[in-house]
Amino acid sequence: MSTLAPSDLSLIEPALDAYADIPGSLITILQETQEAYGYLPMDVMEHIAERTHTPIATIVGVATFYAQFRLEPVGKHLIMLCQGTACHVNGSELISAAITDELGIEDGQTTKDGMFSLKHVACLGCCSLSPVMMINGRTYGSLTPDKARKILRELAAGDAEEDEAK
Amino acid sequence: MRIIIGEGSCGLAAGAGSVHASLEELFAKNESTDVELGITGCIGMCFLEPIVDVYEDDGTLHRLVKVQAKDAQTICDAVTSGDLSLLDKLAISQDDELFLSKQTRVALRDCGVIDPESIDDYLAHGGYQAITKVLTTGMSQEDVIEQIDIAGLRGRGGAGFSTAFKWRAARDAKADETGQKYLICNADEGDPGAFMDRAVIEGDPHSLIEGMLIGAYSIGASEAIVYVRAEYPLAITRLRKAIEDATARGYLGENICGSDFSCTLRIKAGAGAFVCGEETALIESLEGKRGMPRLKPPFPAQAGYWLKPSNINNVETYANVAWIINNGGAAFAAMGTKDSKGTKVFALSGKIARGGLVEVPMGTTLREVIFGIGGGIRDNKEFKAVQLGGPSGGCVPASKLDTVIDYNELAATGAIMGSGGMVVMDESTCMVSMARFFLDFTAKESCGKCVHCRLGTKRMLEILDRIVAGKGEPGDIEKLEDLCYAIKDGALCGLGQTAPNPVLTTIRYFRDELEAHIDEHRCPAGECRELISYSIDKTKCVGCTACARQCPAGAISGERRSPHEIDPQLCIKCGNCKTACRFGAVQVA
Repeated sequence: MSTLAPSDLSLIEPALDAYADIPGSLITILQETQEAYGYLPMDVMEHIAERTHTPIATIVGVATFYAQFRLEPVGKHLIMLCQGTACHVNGSELISAAITDELGIEDGQTTKDGMFSLKHVACLGCCSLSPVMMINGRTYGSLTPDKARKILRELAAGDAEEDEAK
Repeated sequence: MRIIIGEGSCGLAAGAGSVHASLEELFAKNESTDVELGITGCIGMCFLEPIVDVYEDDGTLHRLVKVQAKDAQTICDAVTSGDLSLLDKLAISQDDELFLSKQTRVALRDCGVIDPESIDDYLAHGGYQAITKVLTTGMSQEDVIEQIDIAGLRGRGGAGFSTAFKWRAARDAKADETGQKYLICNADEGDPGAFMDRAVIEGDPHSLIEGMLIGAYSIGASEAIVYVRAEYPLAITRLRKAIEDATARGYLGENICGSDFSCTLRIKAGAGAFVCGEETALIESLEGKRGMPRLKPPFPAQAGYWLKPSNINNVETYANVAWIINNGGAAFAAMGTKDSKGTKVFALSGKIARGGLVEVPMGTTLREVIFGIGGGIRDNKEFKAVQLGGPSGGCVPASKLDTVIDYNELAATGAIMGSGGMVVMDESTCMVSMARFFLDFTAKESCGKCVHCRLGTKRMLEILDRIVAGKGEPGDIEKLEDLCYAIKDGALCGLGQTAPNPVLTTIRYFRDELEAHIDEHRCPAGECRELISYSIDKTKCVGCTACARQCPAGAISGERRSPHEIDPQLCIKCGNCKTACRFGAVQVA
């Protein structure tokens, strides 16, 4: 972590002002932290420990317990691939293999260019559209390996266009 | 004329948002037409989303299905010209209508009917009448609980504990000097393959609030909390609005309905941990800690949230409460079986023809739900099993399809009622791989507190991993059984105690499939990648090259119009060729 530039601690101040003194608010504070930074930087967690008078071990303990929290930054496009029962039955494993083949990343990894991260998630609750993945808040349903590849290529192409426009 | 668009998460994922935007744009240009555009929550027919309901002024409904943005023009033309026969090509088929007409809706009574973002719509449908009745006609706490008792309402989260019993225990528990008691709603729907609670909150959030208020009054709580999964952003948004509206109208806050009963309600977003569905783990999480279960007793009714008396029920349980107060406990108890009263909501998915939300009276057979309502298996395949209760439940085979929906009857099959996940499987689903899937889930979600659950599930997963990879050994089934019973006996909470169920039901009903994997290194369903190989039947192949073009590994070769061949060394067993072939020439063995 020491190689990273220090985080801007002011981003988390509003949440700390609101919740630091309310018992039982640690999860809420961490959710706000992730909202602000995209993940939970270690130096921010240390700052939260200080402000809430909580041992840092407790904070990291909570941060690592829940699936929602990330300790590392994610790529520009976060692919959340549903691993629910209906998706499993309808072939989510093939979709996962196609994404891995297309991008060269597995569950929990980010592409070297920082464009895509892949995360397997528990049920997204769109079981009748299974298999399903969610990217940047948008749900893509009734996937086939081919359709999944196409969606990723379109996203990447969109980024290239954006870059050119700049 | 009113046009209502189904905008639950499923509908939106299928494109309801762009349909809405297109309609809005078109009608904005046609100001002369008197049309009211509105939204509703999940109608329950996920297989037909996006769904648009067009109501004529006399109330006649035209239900349009699988509507796309490009269909907006047709709808607009029909409505502006008055020629509604133009809508016929989008209309729901009579067959598909059976999906809803065969259901009995109590918990979902207003889901897909009312606008979830309008408290006025809820009030117009009889909303908040039950809490008004309780508070203004002098019903005592016991009067309310007695109705719940007569109704025979049992917890819909899975365990099926008597709701009246829990409420009495929380009411009778002695509070400390602060007098504080809490009423909590478990909306941490973590079961993969279940979305009943999400649909209720997205579709009818006020019914949850009203049920919770009645519960809070009955136990003497002045603070209520809903613990919702963070993966349900739309549910959180709609519930937040409902709380604001209910507070503004005096249904939440001080002196509700002019009585001396006061209660606030707030939302706490979970952070993703299946074990938090267990009530004491949920309480730990509410307190901002790692969600690890507590030892019971003391039960939450005695020492729950911040060690104060607390009552926890699940969303569907609360969603039934206002109906029971309005219609009487006896009306609820008139539905169902001796031990299981009322109705149950299921999320029907998997290889089913018509998937979605189904609410049926207890006592209905599984066959009726899957074949009568769900339309059976899609693509003319054979029914193999139905999974109930997710990672805590089990697979019920075809021979048990006439089992009725009842807590005890379902438990006798080795599965459980569960919270309502109902995933249907066909002949192409490998039951061993299914058992491995659930064990993988529970092993990852085990909180780690007890050795039996933490290590036991891991050891079981290792054995199952070997079996699906074709490296099973004689005695594996017995080893699995030993571990199952040890974990059941040794685990502290429901997660561990029920984790072996998917494996036990697989051993019980699909032992032959397990043995085929272990003894013959063969996957009868043709699913386990390590155990199957793809080949092309030369008598059926016409050389259309469709498979070769879809093969990501370049493993298929052959001249156009002559039979193709798969190189097993290059084949990655992705199945693309089988999907691509229109002649049934690709074989899996």
